[in-house]
Amino acid sequence: MLVTKTKRALTAAAGIAALFGATSAAAEYGLNLTTGVTPISREAYDLHMLILEVCIGIGVVVFGAMFISIIKHRKSRGVQPSQFHESTTVEILWTIIPFLILVGMAIPATKALVAMEDTSNADLSIKVTGYQWRWGYDYVDNGISFISSLATPKDQIYNKAKKDEHYLLEVDKPLVVPVNKKVRLLITANDVIHAWWVPALGMKKDAIPGYINEMWFKVEKAGTYRGQCAELCGKDHGFMPIVVVAKDEADYEKWVAEQKGEAKADEQAAQRTWSRDELMARGEKVYNSSCAACHQANGEGVPGAFPALKGGAVTTGPVAGHISLVLNGKPGTAMAAFANQLSDVELAAVVTYERNAWGNDTGDMVQPSDVKAAR
Amino acid sequence: MSTATTHDAHHEEHPSGLMRWVTTTNHKDIGTLYLLFSLLMFLVGGAMAMVIRAELFEPGLQFVEPQFFNSMTTMHALIMIFGAVMPAFVCLANWLIPMMIGAPDMALPRMNNWSFWILPFAFAILLSTLFMEGGAPAGGWTMYPPLVMQTGNAFPFLIFSVHLMGISSIMGAINVIVTIVNMRAPGMTMMKMPLFVWTWLITAYLLIATMPVLAGAVTMLLTDRFFDTSFFNAAGGGDPVMFQHIFWFFGHPEVYILILQAFGIVSQIIPTFARKPLFGYSSMVYATASIAFLSFIVWAHHMFTVGMPLTGELFFMYATMLIAVPTGVKVFNWVSTMWRGAMTFETPMLFAIGFVIMFTIGGFSGLMLAMAPVDFQYHDTYFVVAHFHYVLVTGAVFAIMGATYYWLPKWTGHMYNEKLGKLHFWLSTISVNVLFFPQHFLGLAGMPRRIPDYSVQFAGFNEISSIGGFAFGLTQLLFVYIVFKTIKGGEKATDQVWEGAHGLEWTLPSPPPYHSFSTAPEVK
Ligand code: HEM
Ligand SMILES: [Cu+2]
Ligand SMILES: [Cu+2]
Repeated sequence: MLVTKTKRALTAAAGIAALFGATSAAAEYGLNLTTGVTPISREAYDLHMLILEVCIGIGVVVFGAMFISIIKHRKSRGVQPSQFHESTTVEILWTIIPFLILVGMAIPATKALVAMEDTSNADLSIKVTGYQWRWGYDYVDNGISFISSLATPKDQIYNKAKKDEHYLLEVDKPLVVPVNKKVRLLITANDVIHAWWVPALGMKKDAIPGYINEMWFKVEKAGTYRGQCAELCGKDHGFMPIVVVAKDEADYEKWVAEQKGEAKADEQAAQRTWSRDELMARGEKVYNSSCAACHQANGEGVPGAFPALKGGAVTTGPVAGHISLVLNGKPGTAMAAFANQLSDVELAAVVTYERNAWGNDTGDMVQPSDVKAAR
Repeated sequence: MSTATTHDAHHEEHPSGLMRWVTTTNHKDIGTLYLLFSLLMFLVGGAMAMVIRAELFEPGLQFVEPQFFNSMTTMHALIMIFGAVMPAFVCLANWLIPMMIGAPDMALPRMNNWSFWILPFAFAILLSTLFMEGGAPAGGWTMYPPLVMQTGNAFPFLIFSVHLMGISSIMGAINVIVTIVNMRAPGMTMMKMPLFVWTWLITAYLLIATMPVLAGAVTMLLTDRFFDTSFFNAAGGGDPVMFQHIFWFFGHPEVYILILQAFGIVSQIIPTFARKPLFGYSSMVYATASIAFLSFIVWAHHMFTVGMPLTGELFFMYATMLIAVPTGVKVFNWVSTMWRGAMTFETPMLFAIGFVIMFTIGGFSGLMLAMAPVDFQYHDTYFVVAHFHYVLVTGAVFAIMGATYYWLPKWTGHMYNEKLGKLHFWLSTISVNVLFFPQHFLGLAGMPRRIPDYSVQFAGFNEISSIGGFAFGLTQLLFVYIVFKTIKGGEKATDQVWEGAHGLEWTLPSPPPYHSFSTAPEVK
């Protein structure tokens, strides 16, 4: 790591050059807040620009005076120091003027805040639940409900494959909303505090266990908008993105109908008996998306933090205990309750998988109906 | 300073060697211990920052796993705040307050010894968690439950070390207050005290008022975890947001605990090198006091997104914006002090000017963050990271470095190497801006803080920021070199050291005698 002094100066110079070079490539780099696609996000943007300009204005005056002084009032120019050291008038002035500027800022800020907090008269309500480390969405009005998790493959994260355009900002199942409708989110969390944030929608809100927070947005342009969890929530905090797809009314209705169809199919699937291969195949998928983050793909866990499932007491012990642990989690630890996150089929599959993978070979098979009974 | 000569000059017995440092009750020895400790912690915390910037150099996970990354951000913050910046200010209090007010020593010398010697234990405990099962604390320096409850075996050690740091700070603060109130030389009225003494006095009250609040909050975490209470556990009827209120009731005054003395330092340095008295002395004192008062009623600006009622958000927004007024007064006063002075630009002055400019930039971003409707966008992004590093690194740390250059000749009797000092300033200033300025852009473009990996759109500025980070880190080795070289030797410093310096400490010889003022000087 040791570089020579000249090299160090060069790197610093290169860094600064890059800094200024970057300004011209603002679009690529993203320098500023986005204007976004909602009334709120525009309001936030306008306020941001206003206060930024006020700060720059004050900065120019203050730093300007300082630089003039630094250039003109230096001993090397043979000046004699003046000895003045107070002036009540000036001091009162520069208390009052900033105060008035602040009042001027507070007025539009208050207006914006009142508008942002007004969640009344929503057209659609969606409950958002933060889990370690995925988001759950429940459409309050029509019963659609799903979990949305990171879709970026591990290989890209560990630099074994090329990163694609939306690296870390892509999910398996995005939140879909209609455009030009006031959507109200009811935000909560299941384990620790998270925060739901999509910059283009203009607001973030914490998802807190035991609380239901509200926020709203009205997307004005169909499109895909990406964001991330914005409150430290543990190991994979950087890996729980949010994707919102805003669709026109007709497309949105079509999507709702599809979802309802899928829900029906799932219900039927939960009623039939599954074969061992089916369970193992589905179980592996579920395991990798829901469990492997902590217990690792090879089932060996992380010593001291996350227990091994390979040869583990629970995974090779009684089936009922295993199902119950996965359903209810282990309070006070990072082990979540998956009862609300996974369906009966998924739970049955993943428990079957954990009991037979990595040489656990208990031979047990768990059916969706077993999970349903244990709930 | 050889022990033999101090022996001759004094009637008291001082143990020599290691025991001298363990048993010392002398304000200068203790000040030196604090300085060295703080320097060590600055390097340890800095090494952690290097790990963070290395991992963030490009997208993808290269060097560390996410959990360890979170431990690094958590430990970096705790070590820098409680281990580097706060002890550095206590070092300055010890060295300077008795000399500035004309006292022989601090009022409570044994307690002084204790308040230092608790610290190495506190940080040994904290650092030992790196080797524990479950790893070091990784829930952020803010220790929000429920996440912090997922800490492994490190949990009780984290709490205990925070308790120890708090005890040490409170003892230091009591000592400062008792010394300033009781031991001023005749004629040294309150309104004649140097501003550094004033700012420390006010800070000491802030410490006594807030440290117990932190101790209470972490104790409640402890009982939640081990004794089945549910203060912060929603499932048991508790409230996780209550922790945040209590924490920030401590936390916001804490950020001023980290900056008020820096205001004091800069108010000492600028008049010296402008050869002109400080402009608006009394308004400086009142501004400091009003900042201290306001700092108790703005805490929830850290929590605009937790879902407070509208009126609550409005109150905390207005109160926070109000803090900009006294802060502005200070900046205007410093600029007016320079105005029509006869300035020279030795290293301490460079750091003071750097402080005024870059601290003000941090103040501007603070003002932006105060606007609740926009904070919904800024909160928990790199914009906040840029804000607090401008006020803490180019603010507090720059002031501490300026203070070191300013008073080191007095303490050691040797001048530091001016060329190297200036080089250190310029390298630091350039690299620190390459490091933190782009973080404003990252935050505005939407990069959350506390993440080990990021999407490709953020790659450019992160790379620049990391380069600045490595350069800044390396540059600080130069600072360590300069300080140790000056302690060892160098050109002899005069008693006044700086042409424009005024104040009691400059009337003492360089280095000053073991007991600063054995007979109180008369202040006119
Ligand atoms: C004009 C004065 C200032 C104002 C108006 C101000 C305002 C704010 C606001 C509103 C936040 C919360 C941002 C967020 O999380 O969304 C914040 C964060 C912070 N500020 Fe300031 N600030 C000021 C000066 C300072 C000073 C002097 C310091 C310390 C020396 C400081 C240190 C911090 C720190 C450490 C944080 C982040 C804490 C964390 O979340 O980890 N600020 N500031
Ligand atoms: Cu998170
Ligand atoms: Cu604050």
